[in-house]
Amino acid sequence: MVKIVVESLYFRYPEASDYALRNISFRIVEGESVAILGENGAGKTTLAKNLNGLLKPTEGSVKIDGVDTRNLSVAKIARKIGFVNHNPEHQFFAEKVEDEVRFGLRNFGFSEEAADKTIREVLNVFGLEEYRGKNPFQLSGGEKKRLAIASIMAWRPEALIVDEPTIGMDYAQKLNIRRVLRSIVSEGRCVIVITHDVDFAASICERAIILSRGEVIGDGRLRDLLSDDTLVEKASLRKPFLIELEKETGLTGLEEDFDAISSTLVEVFQKCRS
Amino acid sequence: MAAVELRKLCFRYAGSEKPALTDIDLTIEEGESILITGPSGCGKSTLVRVLMGLIPHSYPGELKGEAYVFGMDVKNTPVSRIATRCGIVFQNPDNQLFTFSVEDDVAFGPENLALPPDEIGRRVDEALRLVGIEHLRHSSPNNLSGGEQQKAAIASILSMKPSLLIFDEPTSMLDPSSSASLIQRIFELKRSLDETGGKTTVIIVEHRIDLLLKHLSRIVVVSEGRVILDGDPLRVLEDSFRKKIPINIPPLLQIYFRVKDKCGLKNPPATVKELVSMLGGPTSNG
Repeated sequence: MVKIVVESLYFRYPEASDYALRNISFRIVEGESVAILGENGAGKTTLAKNLNGLLKPTEGSVKIDGVDTRNLSVAKIARKIGFVNHNPEHQFFAEKVEDEVRFGLRNFGFSEEAADKTIREVLNVFGLEEYRGKNPFQLSGGEKKRLAIASIMAWRPEALIVDEPTIGMDYAQKLNIRRVLRSIVSEGRCVIVITHDVDFAASICERAIILSRGEVIGDGRLRDLLSDDTLVEKASLRKPFLIELEKETGLTGLEEDFDAISSTLVEVFQKCRS
Repeated sequence: MAAVELRKLCFRYAGSEKPALTDIDLTIEEGESILITGPSGCGKSTLVRVLMGLIPHSYPGELKGEAYVFGMDVKNTPVSRIATRCGIVFQNPDNQLFTFSVEDDVAFGPENLALPPDEIGRRVDEALRLVGIEHLRHSSPNNLSGGEQQKAAIASILSMKPSLLIFDEPTSMLDPSSSASLIQRIFELKRSLDETGGKTTVIIVEHRIDLLLKHLSRIVVVSEGRVILDGDPLRVLEDSFRKKIPINIPPLLQIYFRVKDKCGLKNPPATVKELVSMLGGPTSNG
């Protein structure tokens, strides 16, 4: 299973005067669920693209299973580490939804039969079967996003990096995406989520890496980092709702199930009052 | 005159069997602040395209019923004319920015209105200040992060001073603190324009509702191409909750709607702290 090791990574875009990433070191191992958080322009997407070899470090190194990304082709890395772009349109080019999913499968040597089966499965998971023959560019914003994730998930990479997965998602779809990402983690694969949606991050990720102006300012248990007022403010974040609720009520271990939370609150406070 | 008037509006994209919009009746008065929301794929973006005249002029399909924007019939008014009154900030800023500097993108609209150069300069300065990106004035949009691009796209519309401002998921790429300050700025801008005698109408298409709630005059919920709820924001959210319509009801309200009758709550809490104290719990930490 995959292991990503980042050592003293510095990255500068060609012609840029300043580094976009500075002195970044961490490792991510199999089965981890990591949120990459931070303000706009902090370097989150740049970091993600360094993790899957789309960008190569200016200094320092990123190693995937011990091999420097400079010595690996983008395709080779993509087989192991899937990357879902925040703008799905950057990813699409097929004329049909099913062909968009088929493309990766074909490239990675799936038989047509296996590809057909996989396409059926992922379109089903993401509620896209009815659009099978439709042009990806004609889908709505939320549907495009789901197709983008589905077409990467299809070849089952060992790690999945998703850039802003909840944009354009309604509540039901968010729960759906959450379920899918959690199931990937429970299979021992890795999920790395870049997001501004702290509630979503908290519902999936154990760990958070917080960036600010190209540097890591926090790396640890998400719950601990996002309970830290100073850090939250410094990174232009917000405390997740459940963490705030736990802090105000003294309750612990709350899960995002509003029926359960509401009954608990009513019960606890009615007891207090009587 | 109403800012927007739609009567029995139906639209079906060419090549699609299902209609995208069905029998939409919607009137928006000048000066209102409206949220249009609904499950993904419900027809929100299609509705916005009608308001801009992009439907029927740029998207082929079958349009029935009537659609007026400031009295202009979208069917026979050129998009360029509608654009002098309506500005839209698209979901994807890439679709909006095309020059080599933020400043040029922001100046593009007013230049096309043939305004005098010093007025263009004033508008560019003001628009950049309103969204807080003066420091990116000379940057190339290509080198900006997603969130910065979104701010640049918003500035490029504000510089046109439109009377109807449409935002298609404006905060989707912004971090929580930029989202909060952007929403704040949008409505401050509306207030300051209204104080000088204007009546700016704001339509926001969003999935995230919590930041907007206190600014809205109405919420319109669209589902499967039809308007299924339209009215007072809190009322609409509670109806959506009862009818299990999958929109992103803020977590605080998720709890409020569930406990209000049992606990005799009269008004929704604004913060978690307030909720807890309403329920009779600790009013301070610890």
